[in-house]
Amino acid sequence: MTVKVYPLRDTSTMLRRNIKQELRDKVAIGAIIGIPVLFLLLFVYVFGGALKDSVRSASTPAYIDYVLPGLIIMTAAAGLIGISTQASVDMTAGIIDRFRTMAIFRPSILIARIAASALQTLVAMVAVFVIAFALGFRSDAGLMRWLGAAGLLAFVTVSLACLGLAFGLAAKTVASASNGPFPLVVLPLVGSGIVPTSTMPAGLRYFAEYQPFSPMINTLRGLLLGTPIGWSWLIALAWCGGLGLLGLIWSVSVFNRRDRQRGTPGPGFSAAAAG
Amino acid sequence: MIKTDGKPSGNAAAGRTGAAIEVRGLRKSFGDHVVLAGIDLSVPAGTVFALLGPNGAGKTTMVRILATLSAADAGEVAIAGHDIVRDPLAVRSVIGVTGQFSAIDAYLSAEENLLLMADLWHLPRRAGRQRSAELLELFDLAGVGPRPAFTFSGGMQRRLDLAMTLIGAPRVIFLDEPTTGLDPRGRRTMWELIRRLVRTEAVTIFLTTQYLEEADQLAGLVAVLDHGAVVAQGTAAELKRRIPGGHALLTFTSASALEAAARQFGDRASRNDEALTLQVASDDSARSVQDLLAGIDVDAVRHVALHTPDLDDVFLTLTGQTGKEQS
Repeated sequence: MTVKVYPLRDTSTMLRRNIKQELRDKVAIGAIIGIPVLFLLLFVYVFGGALKDSVRSASTPAYIDYVLPGLIIMTAAAGLIGISTQASVDMTAGIIDRFRTMAIFRPSILIARIAASALQTLVAMVAVFVIAFALGFRSDAGLMRWLGAAGLLAFVTVSLACLGLAFGLAAKTVASASNGPFPLVVLPLVGSGIVPTSTMPAGLRYFAEYQPFSPMINTLRGLLLGTPIGWSWLIALAWCGGLGLLGLIWSVSVFNRRDRQRGTPGPGFSAAAAG
Repeated sequence: MIKTDGKPSGNAAAGRTGAAIEVRGLRKSFGDHVVLAGIDLSVPAGTVFALLGPNGAGKTTMVRILATLSAADAGEVAIAGHDIVRDPLAVRSVIGVTGQFSAIDAYLSAEENLLLMADLWHLPRRAGRQRSAELLELFDLAGVGPRPAFTFSGGMQRRLDLAMTLIGAPRVIFLDEPTTGLDPRGRRTMWELIRRLVRTEAVTIFLTTQYLEEADQLAGLVAVLDHGAVVAQGTAAELKRRIPGGHALLTFTSASALEAAARQFGDRASRNDEALTLQVASDDSARSVQDLLAGIDVDAVRHVALHTPDLDDVFLTLTGQTGKEQS
C-alpha cells in the first residue's frame, strides 16, 4: 500500500501549531525581548556614562549606537533558548510519540519548529530596535545597508535556531534544555559587543576577537553605523553556515535515534511526565 | 534527512488470516534485560484484546513496537496486513495510539487539539470540523471553550487524548493503560466510552492494563503477560476455568457445629479449626447454595461467603505472585 505524503500541508499545520504556542507562551516571548532590553538599559544608563569614552575611538557618536548591534545578536541567542525549551517540551511530553504514530511528513516537525522560532526571534529583534530608537539610537544606513542587516540577522537567527533545536532534542529534561544554553546569551558581552576588544587583556582579547558572535556584531555594526567591516562579514557567514549545519545534522541524528531506540520509560521519566 | 517513506510492502503476512494484529516470535531486549521473550499473538478484526500484566511485564514496550515507535530485535508483526518494518507508513495510516501519558498539546484548546489531528490526518476541512464537534460532544468536552488543555483535570486530558486518537477513524486502536491514574468515576467513564466505540465503529482495540477488572469488563480475548512471555491466553471465561473452582466459606459459631458440618460434607470440604471455617466446593447459583445449606444446622452458621474465581485468581495462579508477596 502506498500512502500519500503531504510535505507542504503537514509543515504548514505544524507551523500554525507552533506559532499558536509561541503567542500563548507570554513568558518566553517576554524573555526573548526582555533580556536584550534589560542589558540595553543597563549598559546605556548604568555603565554607559563610564564606558562611552572607551568607544570614542570606534568613531560612533553615542554609546547606545555602539552597544545595540551586540544586543541584537544577543536577541538571537535568547531565541535559541526559546526553541531549545520548546523542542524539549515536545520531546518529553507524549505528543511527539503521537506524531510519530501518524502517517505524516516527519521532517515537518523540525522544519516548522525552526521556522516558527526564527519568526519569533525576528519579531523580537524588531521590538528591540523599536525600543532602542525610542531611547535615542540612530542609524545613517540607507535601504541597501538595512536590507543587508536584515539578511544577516535572518541567517544568524535561523542558524542559531538549528543549534537550539539540537540542544532541545538532546536534552534529558526541559530544565536542562532551557538553562543549558544560557551562557550563549551572555557570550556577546565577552566579545566586541559592549567595549572594543582592543581594551581587553591579551588572552581574553584573543578569545573575544575570534568567538563566533564578534564577527556577526562587527558586520551588523558596520552595516548600521558605517564602521569598517573588513572580512568580518565572510567570517560571520561562515560561522552561521557551520553552526547551522552542525545543529541540523545533530538534530536529525538525535531525532531519528530516539525514534528507534527509546526504551521503556524508567520511574524518573514516569514521574516527570505524570507531574 | 529523516526517513518518512516506507517501501510498499510486497507481501502482507496477516492478510490471509483476517487478523487485525498478527505477532510472531517478537523479541526485544534492552542491554542484558530481556523485555519480550518471543511473543505470539493474533487479534481478530473487530474485537477487543487485553494484554494483562503487572508493571514491568513488557506491556508498554509491546505497544511501542506494534505502533512503530520502537524496533523489535526479532519477530514479525503485521497490522491490518501491513508489515511494521517494511511499510510503517501504511501501518501509521490505519492506527491510533493513546499512551499512558497524555499526548495532547497543552497550549492548545480541546477543539484546537482535535483540529490539529484532523489536519494531520488530512481530512477535508469541513469533515474535520464536523468530526471534531461530534467528538467534543461525545467526550463531554463541548463546554470547555477556548482555555488551554494544561488547565484540564487528568480525566479531561485522558478523554481529549482518546478523542484525538479517534478523529481520523483509525481501524486499529492501541490503548496503553488508558485508565491508570484516573479516579473510579473517571475509569468508569472511560470504560463506557471504549464500549461505545466497539459498538458503534468497526474497530479493533488492543488494550494493555494492570487492572484485572478492566480486562474482564472490556475485552473478548485476554493474554496474560509476565516477564516478557505470554503465560496464558483465552477469553476471560476460559482463563477462569483453568484455575481451581469456586467455593463457599462457612464460618461456624462453635467447634462442635464445625465438627458436625465437616462430617456431613466429607471430602467436599476442608476445615480450619482455629478460624471455625469450612471451605466447601460450590458455585454461586442459588440452587447450589440451597443444597449446601440444606444438610446442616443453619443456626450454627455465623456467616456465608461465596467466592467465584476472577481474573485476580487467574493472574495470581499463572504468574506465581500469590498473597505471600504482599504479606
